[in-house]
Amino acid sequence: MNIETLAIVILVFIIVGALVAIETPDLLSAVICLGTVDIGFTILFLFLKAPDIAITQMVVEVVCLVILIRATIRRDMTLVTGERQFFGLMVMLAILGILALALVRIVPNFGAFGDPIFARAAQAPSQRYLAGALKDTGAANAVAAVILDYRGYDTLGEATILFAAVVGAVALLRPKPRKRPEERDA
Amino acid sequence: MSDATIKRPAVRGADQPGLSIIVRTVTRWVKSFIFLFGIYIVCFGHLTPGGGFSGGVILSCTFILLMLAFGRERALRQLPVPRAAMLDSVGALGFLAVATIGLFASGVFFVNWLAVPAAGVLQRLCVLLGVQPFHLLSAGTLPLYNLWIALKVATSLFLVFTLLAMLRVNYRGEKE
Repeated sequence: MNIETLAIVILVFIIVGALVAIETPDLLSAVICLGTVDIGFTILFLFLKAPDIAITQMVVEVVCLVILIRATIRRDMTLVTGERQFFGLMVMLAILGILALALVRIVPNFGAFGDPIFARAAQAPSQRYLAGALKDTGAANAVAAVILDYRGYDTLGEATILFAAVVGAVALLRPKPRKRPEERDA
Repeated sequence: MSDATIKRPAVRGADQPGLSIIVRTVTRWVKSFIFLFGIYIVCFGHLTPGGGFSGGVILSCTFILLMLAFGRERALRQLPVPRAAMLDSVGALGFLAVATIGLFASGVFFVNWLAVPAAGVLQRLCVLLGVQPFHLLSAGTLPLYNLWIALKVATSLFLVFTLLAMLRVNYRGEKE
């Protein structure tokens, strides 16, 4: 299965999840469907070879999902005591141990402090940016050249995210509702 | 004559909303300089560390400081929410417009269509006029992008802060 087919399958999954999230009357179901959308995006980013974006997406998604589920469940959480607490502690310790093992394997491959791998690889993109930024763009600040010229799409995406966040804030936090209280959603 | 009868000197604005008289006085002095520093960070983003994002944050911090020191009404008099929302959209559209002009100018979206050509009469003319690296007028479209992003980031942060500050939730969980 090549990457295009996979991307189409995941995108269809994402669109179906988003539609169900919008149309379902139950808030908790909608939040869970939103979680499947986020998982789809995480997998898509992983297959498109952007693990950094995938990690960010996963972290933000988990935090948002927890907050949203907590906000949609009316009653208070039941307290976990006794054996279940012990079980949860064991699971947490196991996950932490696995993460520590992974770090032990990963960190030695990073190279010395202050000597990143991409500085040694001659064909790394950052080498090209540093060498050609002034000639290509005329900007003395190489960082500005990278974020606004070489990687303009990245900045466009960031600006879009900011715009979407503000639209969400304006829509959700407006002081007075647009509809009258007796008016119901269709 | 007891202490209670001594009339305390009237402090200007002591009964106004906001923080203490010290914070308000210092804010009155430094707010213009903070705004100016933000403009500098934005305009010189292609020459020195900084740029649209960081400069925009500094610009919005001016208004947030105004709101913290003098209360909500004072900051909203300077920048009402509808105008901030409009400037936010203008910043986003301006950023897109500069990128789209590149599409029409040379067929590539996001191309640096104002860049100084590598050689020729135009290049020598640009050097004569001072449009060359390490000068304020350089780097083609990068300063334009910085300006639009700064407008967008400044108004966005101010909007989110203002809306969160204005949100009041009463006990039954309904927005007032």
